[in-house]
Formats: sequence, C-alpha cells, structure tokens
Amino acid sequence: MVPTIPTSSLPLRRRIAKLVLAFAAATTFVSFGASGAEPVRFGSDVLPILAANCFACHGPDEKNRKANLRLDVESEAKAKRRIGSPVVPGEPDKSLILARMTSNDPDMVMPPPSAHKQISAAQIETIRRWIAEGAKWERHWSFEPVVKPVIAGKLQPIDALVSAALAKRNLALRAKASPQTLVRRLWLDLIGLPPTPEIADKFAADASPAAYERMVDELLARPQFGEHWARTWLDLARYADTKGYEKDLGRTIWPFRDWVVNALNADMPLDQFTTEQLAGDLLPNPTQQQIIATAFHRNTMTNDEGGTDNEEFRVAAVKDRVDTTMQVWMGLTMGCAKCHTHKYDPISHAEYYGFYALFNQTEDADLYTDAPTLELLTPKEQEQRQRLQTNIEAVSKALTAMEEAADKAYETEERKWRLPAVTETLSKDGATLTTKDGTITASGKAPPEDNYIVTLELSAGTHTALRLEALTEKQTSGELAVGRGNGFVLSELSAELLETSGARSLRFVNARADFAEAKAAIDGDEKTGWSVSSRPQEKHEAIFDFAEPLTLHAAAKLRVVLSQQAGDTKTLRRFRLMTSSAAADSLQPRHPMPELRKLRDELTAAFKAQKDFNDNVVRLPLMRELANDKQRQTKIHIRGNFLEQGEAVAPGVPAAFGKLPAGAPLNRLGVAQWLVNKENPLTPRVWANRVWARLFGVGIVETEEDFGAQGSAPTNAELLDWLAAEYRDNGWSLKKLLKIIVMSETYKQVSDTTIALRESDPRNVLQSRGTRFRLSAEAVRDQALSVSGLLSSKMGGPPVMPPQPAGLWRTTYNAKTWIDAEGEDRFRRGLYTYLKRTTPYPTMTTFDGGSGEVCQIRRIRTNTPLQALVTLNDPVYLEASAGLARRMVTEATDSQTRAERGLRLALIRPLRAGEAAPLISLQKEAQQTFEAAPEKAEALLKSARADLPAGISKPAFAAWIVTANAILNLDEFLSRN
Amino acid sequence: MNDQILSITRRHFFKSSGLGLGALALQSLLQREAVAKPQSNNPLAPKAPMFAPKAKRVIYLHMPGSPSQLELFDYKPELQKLHMKDAPPSFLEGKRFAFIKGVPKILAGQFKFKQHGQSGQWVSELLPHFAKVVDKTCIIRTVHTDQFNHAPAQLYVQTGSPRLGNPAMGSWVTYGLGSENQNLPGFVVLLSGGKTPDGGKSLWGSGFLPSVYQGVQCRTTGDPVLYLSNPAGLDRNLRRRTLDTLAKMNQAEFERSGDSETLTRIAQYELAYRMQTSVPEVMDISKEPQHILDLYGAKPGFVAQSDSADDPRVLYKGDDPTFANNCLLARRLVENGVRFVQLYDWGWDHHGSSLGESIDETLPIKCQQIDQAIAGLLIDLEQRGLLDETLVVWGGEFGRTPMMQNNVRTELRKGYVGRDHHTNAYTMWTAGGGVKAGLAYGQTDEFGYFPTEHPVSIRDLQATIQHLLGLDPYRFSYAYQGLNNRLIGPTEEGKVLKGILA
Repeated sequence: MVPTIPTSSLPLRRRIAKLVLAFAAATTFVSFGASGAEPVRFGSDVLPILAANCFACHGPDEKNRKANLRLDVESEAKAKRRIGSPVVPGEPDKSLILARMTSNDPDMVMPPPSAHKQISAAQIETIRRWIAEGAKWERHWSFEPVVKPVIAGKLQPIDALVSAALAKRNLALRAKASPQTLVRRLWLDLIGLPPTPEIADKFAADASPAAYERMVDELLARPQFGEHWARTWLDLARYADTKGYEKDLGRTIWPFRDWVVNALNADMPLDQFTTEQLAGDLLPNPTQQQIIATAFHRNTMTNDEGGTDNEEFRVAAVKDRVDTTMQVWMGLTMGCAKCHTHKYDPISHAEYYGFYALFNQTEDADLYTDAPTLELLTPKEQEQRQRLQTNIEAVSKALTAMEEAADKAYETEERKWRLPAVTETLSKDGATLTTKDGTITASGKAPPEDNYIVTLELSAGTHTALRLEALTEKQTSGELAVGRGNGFVLSELSAELLETSGARSLRFVNARADFAEAKAAIDGDEKTGWSVSSRPQEKHEAIFDFAEPLTLHAAAKLRVVLSQQAGDTKTLRRFRLMTSSAAADSLQPRHPMPELRKLRDELTAAFKAQKDFNDNVVRLPLMRELANDKQRQTKIHIRGNFLEQGEAVAPGVPAAFGKLPAGAPLNRLGVAQWLVNKENPLTPRVWANRVWARLFGVGIVETEEDFGAQGSAPTNAELLDWLAAEYRDNGWSLKKLLKIIVMSETYKQVSDTTIALRESDPRNVLQSRGTRFRLSAEAVRDQALSVSGLLSSKMGGPPVMPPQPAGLWRTTYNAKTWIDAEGEDRFRRGLYTYLKRTTPYPTMTTFDGGSGEVCQIRRIRTNTPLQALVTLNDPVYLEASAGLARRMVTEATDSQTRAERGLRLALIRPLRAGEAAPLISLQKEAQQTFEAAPEKAEALLKSARADLPAGISKPAFAAWIVTANAILNLDEFLSRN
Repeated sequence: MNDQILSITRRHFFKSSGLGLGALALQSLLQREAVAKPQSNNPLAPKAPMFAPKAKRVIYLHMPGSPSQLELFDYKPELQKLHMKDAPPSFLEGKRFAFIKGVPKILAGQFKFKQHGQSGQWVSELLPHFAKVVDKTCIIRTVHTDQFNHAPAQLYVQTGSPRLGNPAMGSWVTYGLGSENQNLPGFVVLLSGGKTPDGGKSLWGSGFLPSVYQGVQCRTTGDPVLYLSNPAGLDRNLRRRTLDTLAKMNQAEFERSGDSETLTRIAQYELAYRMQTSVPEVMDISKEPQHILDLYGAKPGFVAQSDSADDPRVLYKGDDPTFANNCLLARRLVENGVRFVQLYDWGWDHHGSSLGESIDETLPIKCQQIDQAIAGLLIDLEQRGLLDETLVVWGGEFGRTPMMQNNVRTELRKGYVGRDHHTNAYTMWTAGGGVKAGLAYGQTDEFGYFPTEHPVSIRDLQATIQHLLGLDPYRFSYAYQGLNNRLIGPTEEGKVLKGILA
C-alpha cells in the first residue's frame, strides 16, 4: 500500500508530484502479471474500466471534462503534462493515472469519492499490466473491422472456434444429444413448435447427417418459421396493437406484423429488410409492400391524452426512432446523447441531433388519426365501399327531388312570411355569427352553452308572429346537421322592440313546431326548452305568436335573444327568423310529408353504414417524407428539452462510425445504406450475436443491447467475427446463418451437465454443453396448444383475443373491450394475441414478454410462482389439458399406455422405464376423488370446456385432465433442452 | 431463477451497491454459490439495505388525476381578493397549459380552511379526519414537476422517467431489498375509483429489471391475483397431489440434467401453492374486528356501482368504501411483510369541463371517500407500532392552477368549477418511516403558484424515499444498455430532503 504523506497543505501540483514519487517508491517491488498470462488487450480489458470509472469527467463530453484531460484519446492520455503523463508506456510507476487511482488521500484519489465509484484492485492490476506491457492503444473492440478468422483443419468453423476456446480450459465438445431430443430442440428453435413423437422416431431410425440436414431445410421452409422468428424482430420493433400512453386506443398496424412474417419466410436479405423498413417510401417507385414495411418506425407511440402538445410527442417519437435504430442495428445506446455528449461512447450531443435530423423530416405529427396512413382494402371491401357511396348518392338525389317538389307545393303558404334584414348579431359565448341573405350561420368556437342576440329590422305594418327556422348544414362527412352538437335545444326565446323611448319587452304565446314541443322555449324556465335532439339531421321550424300583434308605423328594430343552455354544444348551427302579417291562427309550421321523413332517415342510415365501414377499414400508419418546402430545420435540444433549442445542426451520422456511403442521400435511405454498408463492423456483429443468443440462451456478447464501451466483452471474439462475416458475405441470409449454426456439433451437444462442467463453465458461455432454458412466453403457449391438438394454423390478419380474466381492461378510456374469442381464434399462436400496451395480455408478461412500449432487445428470463399459476390455472392451459387428455384417452387403451402417450406427446423423447408411474397413480387417485364427488368432475369438465370422449366415465376423464395438466407443467416440457 | 440471470442481477446489485468486492473475488463467489447452493436462487429473498434504514416498507397513496392543493392544503386567502379577475401576465408568460387558453381568471379557494393540531397546519374543511391526525404528517407544499399531462407525469413520479420502459419505484425497492414474506408478492398494487390510472400497468412494470420485480395487482373482485384459484372442480387436495407428482418427476429431471433451474421451478410451484391460501387470507378483510373496519370506514365485500362503469365519475358516492378497504388491505399487507404497497385512487382530475369532474361537486365526494380511511390508516399503523418503520406517501402527479380553467366555460357554473394542471408547486404529504411529524415543509407565494422556500423536485422525493429505505439513491443502480440506470435519473439533481428527516 502507498504510504500516506501529509500533503494537504501543499499546492496541488506539488502534491501530485510527491504522490508520483511515493508511488514509484512503493511499487518497484511489485511484479507484473501472472506468469504466462495472455497480454492485456486495451480494447476489451482496459477500455471498459476507463470508460466506467474515468470517462464521465475525462471522456468525450467536453462540457463536463475536468482538468482539461481526456483519457479516451491516445495522444492526450500519453501527452506530457506539467508534472508528467497520465500514461507512460512501459512505466506504470511513472504513470499518473495509477498514482491517482491508488492514492489514500481523499483529495487525490481517482475517481473522487464524490463520484460514488470504486476501482477494484484487480482492475488497477489490469491497467498496471497493460502499461507495463507497453500501453498499446486500440479502438474499442466492436468498432474495429470484422476480421474473418481463417480456420485450419477438418472441423466445421464454429466447432473449431468453440473447441479451441474449450481446449484452453481442458474441455472439449460433448456428445450429441439423443436424436429425439435434437429433433425437438430443432423444431422449437426454428419454428417455435414441437414435433410429434412419430416425426422424432422416424428421424431416430435414420439419424444420418443427410437426414438431419433435410429436416433443417424442411423446417426453414415452413411458414411457421416466419411466425416464430418474427417475434424476435417485433420485440425490437416495439410492435403493439395500440397507440400507448393514457388513452392507448387501438391502431391497425398488424399488416406490418404480417409483412415481417412474410419477409422472414422469404429470407429477405438483411440489407433489403433494413432498407425497406427504414426507408421503403424513399425507394424509386416503391411497391405497396415496401410502403407497408415503413410502419416499422410508426410503432412509436401516439399520445391522445387531452391537452397534450402534439409537437412534444412527435419529438419523443422521432427520438425513439433514433434510439431504436442505433440499438437494433449498431448495438449502441444513443439515448444519453439527447441531453449531453455521451460519456462513454464517441457520440456527441451535436451528433445526436445530426442523426436525429435525418429522421426529423417525416409527416407524422402525433395526430389522433395516426396520419399519414395507408388504407388497405380487400377487393371485396373496395366493392362494398363503392356500393355504400352509390347508395348515398342515389338517396340524396331522390331526396333533393322530393324536397324541391315539396317546396313548390308549399309556395303559396310560404308567401305569408317575410324575411326582415338582420342588422346585428352577437354570440355571448364567443361563437362567430355571420349573416348572408338573412340566414345566420354560427362558426368558430363552439361553446357548450350560448346566447345568440339577433337584431332584425321590421318593416312598417303588422307582424303577428315570429318564425324560427333551424336549417341544416352539410358536414365534412356529407351528412346534414341542424345543431352544432347533436341537434339543438332552444331554452328560451325572448324579444324586445327597440323604440326611441327605450326597449319594450314582448311576450310570446301559442308556440308550435314541426317536431317536439316548442312552448318549453317560452315558459320562462331556462331548464326546459324546444329540443329536436332525436332528429338532428333535418331542418325544423317553430312559430311563436306575439301576444299582441305589432303594428308599426315605421320600420323598427326587434332584438331577439335565443338562449341555449342545455350544454354539450346543443346550439343552432344555421337559422333564419321571419315574421308574418297573416292572422296568427292561419299560420302553421310546415310538417314534412311522411315520405320525406322516411327518405331522410334512409339517408342517415346510409351515412351511418358508410361511417361504420370507414371506422373499420385498416389504416396502416406509414412513413412519408415532408415535401421539400416543408422540411424542418433541426436544432440541438438543450438538455434534451425540445422547447429549449440551441444551434442548428447539419444532418449526418456520428463521425466515429464512418461517413454515409458515397452517393447515399442525406435521409433515412442514406441511414439504411450506412447501416448495412460492408464497412460497418457493428451491424453484422450485433445481428449474428442476436441470432446466437436466441439459440444458446446467452449471446457471445452477453449485453446484446450494448456493444459500446460499457457493454460486456465477447466470450469468443473470433467466433463472433466468423459468424458476422459469414452472415454479411453470404448474402445477409438469416436462414443460411441459422443453418450453419444448427448444423454444428456445438449446437447438437447434449445439454445435461455435470458438477465438473458447472465449475469450469458455470454459465455455459463457452458452450461446453448444449443449452437448456425455459421457452419464451409465446412458445409456452403454442407448445401446449400444439400437443393438445387445439392449435390453429391460421396465419396473419387482425390480432385475436384468447380468454383473459374479466375486468382487466379498466383503462381510463375504454374504446374497445376484450371479448374472449370463440372457435379457431381462441387457439391461435401467441404472436397473434392482441397486445395493448398499457394492459398487455397477462400471461405473456408473466413469462417475460414485453409490452411493446420500447424496443426490447432481449427478454430476461425469470422463474416465478405467477408462472406456475398460469400454466396450472389459466383457462387456456386448462382447455389444453382437456385436449391432451382427449388424445391420451382416444389414442391409447389403458392407464399405462394413456399416461405414456401423454408424456411422449409432450416430451417427444422415448420414455424411461417406469417414468409414467407417478402419472398413472395421480390419475387413479384423481379418479377416486371424482367418483366420490361426481359434481366436481362435472365442474372440471365444464371449466375445461371438455366434451366427453366415447366409452369413458366423467370421473375417469376428469382425472385424465388433471393428469394432462400435470404433464403440461413438467419442467422438461416447459424447457428446451 | 435461472442462475445465469441470477448472477447477472446479483452482479449488478453488488456492483451498484458498492460493496467494494473485487470483480474477480466476486466472480468466484458467484460461481461457488451457483455450484454449491443452486436452490437458494430466490431473487425476492430479503437483502440487507446499503445502510441502516429508517423505513422498512412503503405505502404509497397515489391520487391519479391530481387533487387541487388550493382546496386541500395550501391556504391562499389572497386568491379571494382576485377572484374572477384576469390572471396577471407573470402567471402566463412562457407557460404551457394542458387546456387553459388566452387569459384565464383567478379562482378563489372554494372551501374553508382552519389550523389544526399542535403543529397548527392549515387543512381544508373537506378533510376533517385528516385534520385530526395532521400532527403525524409532514406536509410538503412545494413539490414541482416538469410534466403536465397525466400519463407522462405519473410515469415520472413512479418510474423516474416520463417515457415508458423504466422500472417502477416499487420494483426498484423490491429489487434492492427483496421481500420479507415469500408467500406474498413483494410489490402489491391496489386500485380504486373504477379505472386503471392513466399511465396503465407500466406504472408498476419492472422495465429493464427482471419481471419478477413487477408489481402484482391484487384485485378485490375475482381472483385477488390472476389465476390464483384452482379451476372449478379441482380441489386443494388434488392440487396438492398434482404438485407432488410434478415435484417427483421434476426432481428426477434435475438429477439427470443437473440444471438448478429445475429446482427453482419446484420451489416456485410450492410457493404458488402457498400463495393460493396466503393471498386470499391476507386479502380477506371480513375477519377484521368491527372497530377496525369502522376506523377506516371499510365495508368488506362492497362492490361499487361505479366500478368498471364506462365513466365511473358521475356515479361516485361519498360513502363508497373501496379506497378504505384498500387502505385496510395495505396495512394487512405491510403487516405481513410486503415491501411496497401502492394504491391508486382514480378520479381526481377536476377540470370542470364536463359532469363529474368539478372542484365544487366532485372533489368533496372524493375527499369523503379517502379522508377517514387515510386517518384510520395512520392511526392503525401507529397503534400497531408499524408507523415508525412504514413510510406513507400521499399525492398526485402534479397540482392544479390558481386560475379557473376556461377553455369550455368562461363563467362560473355550478358543477363545472375547475382548475387546469399545474406543475410549479403542489402539495404532497408523508408520514411515518423516518420523516418528521407535524412539519410543514416549504412555502409557496401568495397565489400558490411558485415555491418561495424549499422547492422539492420529483427527483428529490425519489432520492428521499430511497434514502429512508437505506438505499443510496446515487449508488443504487442497475446496469442496462451501457448505463448505470437509477430511479433518480442520470444527473445529480435529486437531493435527499435533509429537512424532513426525523
């Protein structure tokens, strides 16, 4: 240990100098490194330590840099400073960083206590060795080019590289798993479904390499391959069937899910897969499929909560696209550079927004409609749409003709009415009233309640009555509306004559209307009124007699107040006021002919049918670039706050990761080309690692989500590079990559382990054996349905709602309810289960599935009691138990063979002697229980929705259901081994 | 738990809790543990805090929608003088509101205030029971946030980020401390008010933490925990027999495969079996003596008419005991060793723009629903000696404006008096678990608009809660995506509120 020197009174520079001397004195006797150990690598061994402990203050982030020192750049770390160099190659005892890291002086030690960080002795030793060995600098390993190792010898390259790593620990590849186990493993890994025992036995009879290869090819060609592997991609794409946030309403984005399944089944090369999803719309003459692919980045959330700022959530969505893109392809976390320059990886604050600028030019703007969208109609739907439109036009035409005829017939009666000039209008609550040809129209603000004050100029003569005509107006949908909300309510009508001596209130009597009771509008009670809410699509009129006819010697002004206090914007939309000089009792409101009303109703129904149709049309959110004159200028968001914008930035990619390829456009298409450019070392590494992790449980780089300085180092860097190069140089074919991995002996190893193996490779990161892990949420479900014979093979289409406990969807605004599916849709693959972001299907999240809210790079596997409750008690698994019981009972004859049949259907492998015995006795005891209490058997059959197979009693069959339920809960069944 | 995953989480834990173990030593320790004791892989086993804690558990009462501090806790007579006058420009310049448009009018506090208890704190007439226990609480009048929409603001309070994907506070705490009762979930969520809060289940999601730490919503109708009941016709004896069969066959599988995960699964099935009795037992409040039920105003077995109605607000009644039942449950849960109990009581968003969401008519009903229950909870915790070690937190996700909301109506109308969302200052209170009792912390200006003394950010609040539980908010972290993620976020802005510590 370094002796403590009382230094606190000295100036800092002298204190550091003293420290170095003391340090040198104290360390000369330390011998470097363990003899025979491999040299320390900067990129994989040292850089992560420096990144974690030093870069926060001495890294890329200029703003927070202390002492003007950066340790992420070789020239600076080795530069001579006033009292020495941080790193002196070959001379650890002269290297300031070591002196500072080992100091006992709280003012001196690095990292300082305030950083809440601690470097371990082992880490310091690593740095010391690296300096002693010459302090050779490298870039972070994952940023270096992919170098494909040359493999000598006869072994398959993967096996050669794995064996070489194992040999260093005196280990070797283990034997092959049994043929049936291997078949089950292969099926579950490639298509997410189990084989049948018959298929496995057939393979076991001829377990030749050629037969194995045939099976691999056959599985890769199955449509279920795409369904299974799509799940991995949809986790990354943060796919969900709703928009997220508070309202979390549905969106129809499932055509994108089907696109992914199809693309995977077609083995679309990664470069094309990337380009179409990121920028399909920017390709020349894009096909409809290429447009559908762009929904990838429309899986971002839309916030429909009242009072939200659309720009705030548009920006959030764009940032999500930026972060997701970097995560998914580059394995880098860019998120922190939103607020400040990345502390560990070379991404500056400005570079973040430069990259953001490339994504910041799309039309979508957090709108309720999710616009822009693409309507996807089947030919049948197109026909239906046309039919609905034709119907509306035909009814409208007939209606217009009938109305014109009716107007003509009414002409004589209508001549009794005079239209006075409107001299002034006022809306008390802020609506805009405009007058044209004596007709007043309300527009603009639509307050819930309002008072319209209208001044008319009455001509000289007699006026016996006032008529209010509430007229209709065409809405954007084409429908007619008489009120601003649903109809209108005239709470009170009052009028005063404006005479030179002042205003004189007039009284109305004898109100009558074409529809409903108008006298409620002159009863002096604001709470009652003339309401036409049940017929809001047609015009209405009411006549109010003046209590005493007005006889004017000269023209005079009449001020009419139309009070409308019912709320909900039940206010007049368009209206006209007229007076008459005819005898009041000769004036009647015009009642439309019954045929006319019928036709109007028909039109209303036709519009409703069209609206219902349009509400249910698939509108897929998509990416569309803004027109040139509408392009946004991107500025830095200070501290990540979109309201605090700094300097403008030019679009581009972070400098540390190369430029856009020559000729690539400065937009999303350019980004796609940059990501899959052969010079980019990250994309192939990240993808190859991801595929490996799905097959082996853990990636070669365990932190699949972080290939940056803070991530974990590869456990077999050469293997990773071999896979990455193979994938990239072999046409970016996922199927070829999978095939080469599953054909290896490494993949085929038996997964049973021993104490010795667990000691030398506890987490099996070296592949010293096959891997055994619990299946994914979807596979747990699909497998149970499959062995029970219930699984539907229907592919694609809208998401479905298998049973879930009642009352789960109590979200703030229920726009859609969960209705348990019946028939085939009850038993579809887990991929097709409706995923509501704020209330995901519970059993999926219990088994570590995500909610689609953010990009999910890997699911961390857990083992919990809640999972046990699902597979024991969820109706889905109970119905599957009944399905399996039925197969056991119908496909075998006695207790022994039935139990064995069930176990084999589940486990696939041949059974060991006596293995089914516990199941046989369980069935026997259960049957006794049910025979003693037949009502329980009845109840179980009912809750399992089971039909009784022929030739078996209810208690016996109920007992088989219990037995099947046990089989579906076996650890081996839930695991892939 | 899978041992590879276990060691991931353990390594993170050790790394982040700064126990100072060398990485190599730790690695070998983990290896030894994994080899020697495969069955001890319980991620919810109790863990020692990072330093001596003041509180051992939390009951967090969140009022989604956000109650008005100006009607409940922050007494501002000055508003009376300016009632229905235009708000001054200083209230509006550079401010963003959810619904207020143009120049709104000032709205006086709608209810009377009085000083209560020895501490002399101002409490509204709407909370007569709370007023009697005010000396047990620490009222913070200066909480401020930077989110003014419900879902993001709730997420910010509960997960430290206004966006989705981060672990809930309860998940953090159970991850850090484990749970003291292995027969119950460690982090339980109870809902009332007829709706799930705006932020949805993400408010109790485990984010990037393993899903074993997610909150478990316990329901008062149907299965208290999803799929807890055996299917009809399958009785407990038969379930026991099934599990015995499973255990036997799984044990044989373990002996063959050597995968310790199989042993964990056997243990988890046994735990599930115990939960089948322990959860309904703890959730059954009908066994509580009458005087305890009366203390809270609880009514066992009550199903509110408003429950799961399309819009429950118009059906709210003052004597609805759902929240009271949940408070009593919360006490039973913490008494049984549950680490974090989170209550959400929906229906506090009093804009006044439509029926059932007004300050003048709905707020008094909501207060009736919670007032006695909260006072009962504090009294009951105290009389059982639990209050000292149980931190109780109450509050919404933001406050409400001193101005009347004006986007629908510009005039006062009965049943339609409302206030918009307000982020600059609002009231929360805490009690028990190491917090000073009878303290009024922080001051706001004469309109209740801005803090004038001791502003408290959401990050401060989160840092303080963690500190009280013995978790260092700066060092307690989880490495994910290249970052040491913390509840308080990446910056050092969050400060432990030393002034409220007992």
